[in-house]
Amino acid sequence: MKQLEGVNDFVVKFANVNGTGSASANHLFAKAIFRMGVPVSPRNIFPSNIQGLPTWYEVRVSAKGYLGRRGGVDLMLCVNPQTMEDDIASVGPGGYFVYDSTRPLAPHLKRDDISTFGIPLTEMCMREFKVARLQQLLKNVVYVGALAALLDIDFSILKDLLSDQFKGKEKLISPNVHALEMGYQYAKENFTCPLPIRLDPSVIDAPHIRESQHILMNGNTAAALGAIYGGATVAAWYPITPSTSVVDAFSKYAERMRIDAGTGKRNFAILQAEDELAAMGIVVGASWNGARAFTATSGPGLSLMSEFLGLAYFAEVPVVLIDVQRSGPSTGMPTRSQQSDILAAAYASHGDTKHVLLFPATPRECFDMTVQAFDLAEQLQTPVIMMSDLDLGMNDWMSPPLEWDDDYEMNRGKVLDKNALDEAETWGRYVDVDGDGICYRTLPGTHPDKGAFFTRGSSKNDMAVYSEKGDDYVENVDRLLRKFETAKSYVPVPKVHDPIPVKKPKTKQKLGALFFGTSASPSYEAVEILAEEGYPIDVMRIRAFPFHESLDAFVHEHDVVFVIEQNRDGQMRQLIMNECHIAPDKLTSVLNYSGTPITARTIARQIRRALNATSADVVKLHPETA
Amino acid sequence: MSYYKPKFQHPKLPKNSLGYTVADYDGSISTLCAGCGHDSISAAIRNACFLSSIPPHRIAKLSGIGCSSKMPTYFLGRSHGFNSVHGRMPSVATGASVANRDLIYLGVSGDGDTASIGMGQFVHLIRRNVNMTYIVANNGCYGLTKGQDSATADLGSVGKYGTQNPFEGIDLASLAVLQGASFVARSFSGDKEQLEPLIRAAMAHRGFAFIDVVSPCVTFANNVGSTKSYAATRDNLEAMPVDFVPMREEIRTQYKEGSSQTVTLHDGSIIHLHKASKDHKADSREDALMALQAADRTGKVLTGLLYLDPTSQDLNHTLELASQPLNSMGKDELCPGSRVLKSINEGLR
Repeated sequence: MKQLEGVNDFVVKFANVNGTGSASANHLFAKAIFRMGVPVSPRNIFPSNIQGLPTWYEVRVSAKGYLGRRGGVDLMLCVNPQTMEDDIASVGPGGYFVYDSTRPLAPHLKRDDISTFGIPLTEMCMREFKVARLQQLLKNVVYVGALAALLDIDFSILKDLLSDQFKGKEKLISPNVHALEMGYQYAKENFTCPLPIRLDPSVIDAPHIRESQHILMNGNTAAALGAIYGGATVAAWYPITPSTSVVDAFSKYAERMRIDAGTGKRNFAILQAEDELAAMGIVVGASWNGARAFTATSGPGLSLMSEFLGLAYFAEVPVVLIDVQRSGPSTGMPTRSQQSDILAAAYASHGDTKHVLLFPATPRECFDMTVQAFDLAEQLQTPVIMMSDLDLGMNDWMSPPLEWDDDYEMNRGKVLDKNALDEAETWGRYVDVDGDGICYRTLPGTHPDKGAFFTRGSSKNDMAVYSEKGDDYVENVDRLLRKFETAKSYVPVPKVHDPIPVKKPKTKQKLGALFFGTSASPSYEAVEILAEEGYPIDVMRIRAFPFHESLDAFVHEHDVVFVIEQNRDGQMRQLIMNECHIAPDKLTSVLNYSGTPITARTIARQIRRALNATSADVVKLHPETA
Repeated sequence: MSYYKPKFQHPKLPKNSLGYTVADYDGSISTLCAGCGHDSISAAIRNACFLSSIPPHRIAKLSGIGCSSKMPTYFLGRSHGFNSVHGRMPSVATGASVANRDLIYLGVSGDGDTASIGMGQFVHLIRRNVNMTYIVANNGCYGLTKGQDSATADLGSVGKYGTQNPFEGIDLASLAVLQGASFVARSFSGDKEQLEPLIRAAMAHRGFAFIDVVSPCVTFANNVGSTKSYAATRDNLEAMPVDFVPMREEIRTQYKEGSSQTVTLHDGSIIHLHKASKDHKADSREDALMALQAADRTGKVLTGLLYLDPTSQDLNHTLELASQPLNSMGKDELCPGSRVLKSINEGLR
């Protein structure tokens, strides 16, 4: 049997039972690789459950610095008998299977095209540790120790990480280190270490990652920090996976950074609302009153917030909403990732509405775009929705470090203060003085005689006086459309990269690919794979809606444009067709909506199929990991 | 219905301590039906703010949707207002009040807006003790959609179309007492002697102040058999008078001991209230509920200040908010700067 080989280039997957402490051990594994300076991207694939159901953790190691999912599994570490049959089947030929051999592997599960390593994890821990909880928890640390030997992880880094993790609970350090050593020793004594797949920090193909001093952080934490730095003072929310950790992190940082030094009082308010309707209502009320306010939610929460989003659009109240997308309704699949709220967010609410959307692809962008969302919402006096997803929000990503310019000033938009009102001869809330569709706002309590008005939804004239006249309505909504045009020049522009040179192209067609958010990393990788196979593809990463003019041009300059996204209906494709007036046959969908993030191999395979191309990629893929 | 509101006013209209006349607290002309109870509530709000010398621009008016929620247009034209979403005014008010703790918040809602579509937000508003006055103009029916029974319509009450309401009505005042509201009152739109001081007291109260005002719908629920018609309300009214003496003003009236009680609010204002019976205490939820139940059993409409906790602490206190309004904070108070971010980056390596 030919074993898989690869230095700094493989996929390890852990199959665990949730609630057993596996997540922190798996994180320890990934973080150690990160500290070694080897590009790594871990992903937690978890159930909607607290204890007892299957959970997986996939760690991709990529010398070139690809951070998306590749597809396939090279080494499976399985400690969950419930899923062992599927897990062992998902290992690619020549791959490796590590399992808890306290119970022998069932004969029908044995494969002769992979290498199998049994470690009696349960037995070792029962023998070594007295406390039942430790016996369970440390099993995970033992297998990390074994993997350190099998894959050549720097052992001292693992020990350092344990010391960091248990700062303040020092007595937990020694049993953990002991467990690590047990696993390490067992592997060294019983297997040939290291494996042909292994780590070597001296041969890294991605110097850009080392030089830019990457950090490892999840998008939700980054967005929360963006809210802190962007000057948010009011956060209202209702707990929902996978967005909960945005406000959790905001709370943690605010308690540290937003306490008034003199009085010990809070320069922020966090309100856990009774539902998402109220969460959005609180944000609308606070923003109407001039505070920077935000909420974070996911799927069903977005549906509930739609009513208020419409009001905020018509009443022109700034709103910042962080939508951490997931799979559809109910429980279960919602702990899996998708990009399936695109249309629901773009056109949220009744009546004619369109909303500004931002599409971050890295934690750094989650941070930057959250700050920007507050500026945009106040400049444009409208809701701004940042479209993150579970994969970006809850998983740790290697990211360029967060940066802050101390000269940054919040852009509060066109707000008239008392002096401005004193000087103003006439003022009407919805008079388009500057012709950009954005009018001048006043805040409650500003001036004793001037600037008061009644905020309403649709029935008003440009002086904010109640009106049901058709002409007034038309004038108003047409101005809102003008404002949306203005937004095009305010939002982040798409990212375009230099094309990858292809010596002998196998096609004369001009090919392009559009993608956004977490579809970006695996798309870049797929494009490189296809370039090597003779298919040059130009790429554009969409970062905002309304779309920049260059997107229209990009589509028109290419014969075939692939739109790569993670939902069933090709929602971004539909949005582009609708907003850029592009014929449907111009845009070809590349989709994945299984709940696990899209892989480079899936993208490459679907594009090949569309081009009727054959491939050298003959790896047989298990559907779950493809 | 009038379609023109004269701007003319008597040159010698009395002025309050800020130099404003009552006309300075006017809003646009009402578009509600002639004789609508809600217009009397608007007038009472206008008079209360005038009498209490509240600068109009320091008040923010909030409402949901419905006849009641149109009301804020008809008073305090110099105040900002927000006609928000049906049943969702409580959340908008909550956000507004934490964003700027220095303004006075006045919410106006109706029985549909509060007791049906907005019930969830209403009880959570009470639970949080948001610092605001919340008035429900309660007529037991939906006006704008032409006369359907609302959730506060009494069991057996007959609507305009002659059918009896088959469901128990929700009593918002009892609910507010039970849920922990710190100020609960009921009044009648036709009783301005009681309603005005109640509104003044509510606006001086720190925390959530609720006034359920029976406000007959002349068009859809003023018929024989309706328990919320003018006639039925007047016939069954059991009004407990209320006096309000703002801070800094001298008490001129002498009150008899016994069936009345004097309560001092956090700002030094004084409420003098009359009680349903001698034994009742204004700060007892049990007494308030018993009085409401007793009145309900006998078909009476008990009005007055039913419950008051003068020591109440509001949401701003619970959240430990800084005294400076959040909406006035800038970069210096809010942004931790690049040095802090560098150390955060370090912690993520």
